[in-house]
Amino acid sequence: MATNAIQTDSGLGRLSEATRKRLQRKARIDVLFERTLFVFAFAVLLLLGAIIASLIASSWPALQRFGLDFFTENRWAANVEIFGALPAIYGTLLTSFIAIVIAVPVSFGIAIFLTERCPGFLRQPLSTLIELLAGIPSIIYGMWGMEVLAPLLRTWFPTVFPAGTGLATAGIILAVMIIPFITAVSRDVINTVPAVMRESAYGLGCTTWEVASQVILPSVKTGLVGGVVLGLGRALGETMAVTFVIGNNLFLNTTLTGQGTSIAALIANQFSESDGTQRSALLALGLILFLITFVVLAIARYLLRNSTGRHA
Amino acid sequence: MLKHVFATLISGSLVLGAAAQAQEAITGAGATFPYPVYSQWADAYQDESGIGLNYQAIGSGGGIQQITAKTVTFGASDAPMEKEELDKNGLLQWPMVMGGVVAAFHVDGIDGSLNLDGPTLADIYQGKITSWNDPAIAELNPDADLPDTQITPVYRAEGSGTNFLFTHYLSQVSQDFADNVGEGKSVAWPTGVGAKANAGVASQIANTNGAIGYVEFAYAAQNDLSLVHLKNKAGEVVEPNMDSFMAAAANADWQNAPGMYLVLTNQPGDESWPITGASFILMHKQVQDVDAARQALEFFDWAYTNGNDMAQELDYVPMPENVADMVRDSWGEIKGPNGEVVWNQ
Repeated sequence: MATNAIQTDSGLGRLSEATRKRLQRKARIDVLFERTLFVFAFAVLLLLGAIIASLIASSWPALQRFGLDFFTENRWAANVEIFGALPAIYGTLLTSFIAIVIAVPVSFGIAIFLTERCPGFLRQPLSTLIELLAGIPSIIYGMWGMEVLAPLLRTWFPTVFPAGTGLATAGIILAVMIIPFITAVSRDVINTVPAVMRESAYGLGCTTWEVASQVILPSVKTGLVGGVVLGLGRALGETMAVTFVIGNNLFLNTTLTGQGTSIAALIANQFSESDGTQRSALLALGLILFLITFVVLAIARYLLRNSTGRHA
Repeated sequence: MLKHVFATLISGSLVLGAAAQAQEAITGAGATFPYPVYSQWADAYQDESGIGLNYQAIGSGGGIQQITAKTVTFGASDAPMEKEELDKNGLLQWPMVMGGVVAAFHVDGIDGSLNLDGPTLADIYQGKITSWNDPAIAELNPDADLPDTQITPVYRAEGSGTNFLFTHYLSQVSQDFADNVGEGKSVAWPTGVGAKANAGVASQIANTNGAIGYVEFAYAAQNDLSLVHLKNKAGEVVEPNMDSFMAAAANADWQNAPGMYLVLTNQPGDESWPITGASFILMHKQVQDVDAARQALEFFDWAYTNGNDMAQELDYVPMPENVADMVRDSWGEIKGPNGEVVWNQ
């Protein structure tokens, strides 16, 4: 295709034979390069498909055997082969929800402070510190949660957190973990707001609150949602930190602060010792987590599309 | 100059690596509970014989999987396999070492120990007894001044042999528990907090006012936890220690246990600690690599003969002499590809 283009171009007719050859070779290299890139991109898709296929195949025995019970049983009892995914699904969704509820306002607040109100000499160090927060391994958060946060909650609110651990504790840890992600993305998108818009708003007599809430945030809604989804994605799949503080109770406990479990934590706890039906059931849990993440991403895309329509 | 140093270092490490490869090692995988004593034995045995042990403490379930798949010479499990299961997979099983599981608690205001019995413990773990001043606990502890602190049961979150022993005991002493929770390496507890591994449970108990939990004795001793004294099958309240574990072990009737399937919970005898258990070794009866199997058996033989003091130092209970002899006799069942007996001493 590219070679044809060169040959039909009248301007090339006047070039010497050697130059022409060289150009044609370059064109061939370009085609080769393009195809290699396509193979790389396609390999990722193929891998994703293969993972989904093998997850479905290996979880099939459990799904077939338990059917709908898998989604309605209120406990996960491997010893009597009652596998109910409900406690883990509830725990996953609830802890992520708590994390988002706490993290979103805090992150937006930090981002607005950094871009709008922060004195120049503080901006860079603060940003770097928050990015460093994102680099802390999750196991460290887990240990901090178990050794510091849980005992604190236990001491301050002994009636609500008798053991310190639980769904809410896990949600708080997750919030701390995803704040740097949401903050970093929000700060970057807020920075893209043209200075003219701010200045005009201030010029019209707007307060800082009005500028932030009526001008800046609406104009970068899309990017903000993207940041929140990034954080949510991390919260849904987080394993190690959650396992430490969630309480690991395998009975459905529809409270905010009770002991519970999440899909990732349950798999982490039981996978290595499992075989047969239990292993298949755990893989089915993995599939569910996959689907939940998928649906969340899809909803986020949908929201993004809608908001781009309005504000682009 | 620097190049030379690197070259020397690299070639040196290659030589060392090759040497380590050439050295013979017995391969095994399984239970985490006996890992400390197995590695202690292995160290001493290597000093004596030059043969090392490569033991992966991946958990009892993993040990059974690995030996069934024949990727290791022996597997180790805290929960014994039933006779039929053994026969199906062509495996031989024997107890290697014993230990006790103890209940520990942390209640501000109570120093020393508390007395409990099996059914009360089962009710606590089912969430039926929720306060430390419950009448059932008060009745067993007439002299203690019990606070109304909420009880937080702590359990092992992951599948483990300790879980198996504890739930096996509770299922024996409480029909209610057997029906609603049941025994197993991984069960769904109706209430309480799950922590990772013995160390995690011990630390959760130490940190939580009102907590009760169960750990292997060694961990309770290391963490200086207050221990529950349990009422045993004979109706006597016993303290968990080496003597009461030994008493429980002494009552064990290995001779009449098919496939050496025996869980030592709720044993008779005035002195017996009710939650005692053995850790088991699994090997194939029909082996391909005769030398590897013989090496493993020689190590186990050595451990039965020379390892008792080391085991006791680590708070494990060694197998009695007569049981060890019985096990040695059973090794006659292990045969090579041509039907030759592997163990002939």
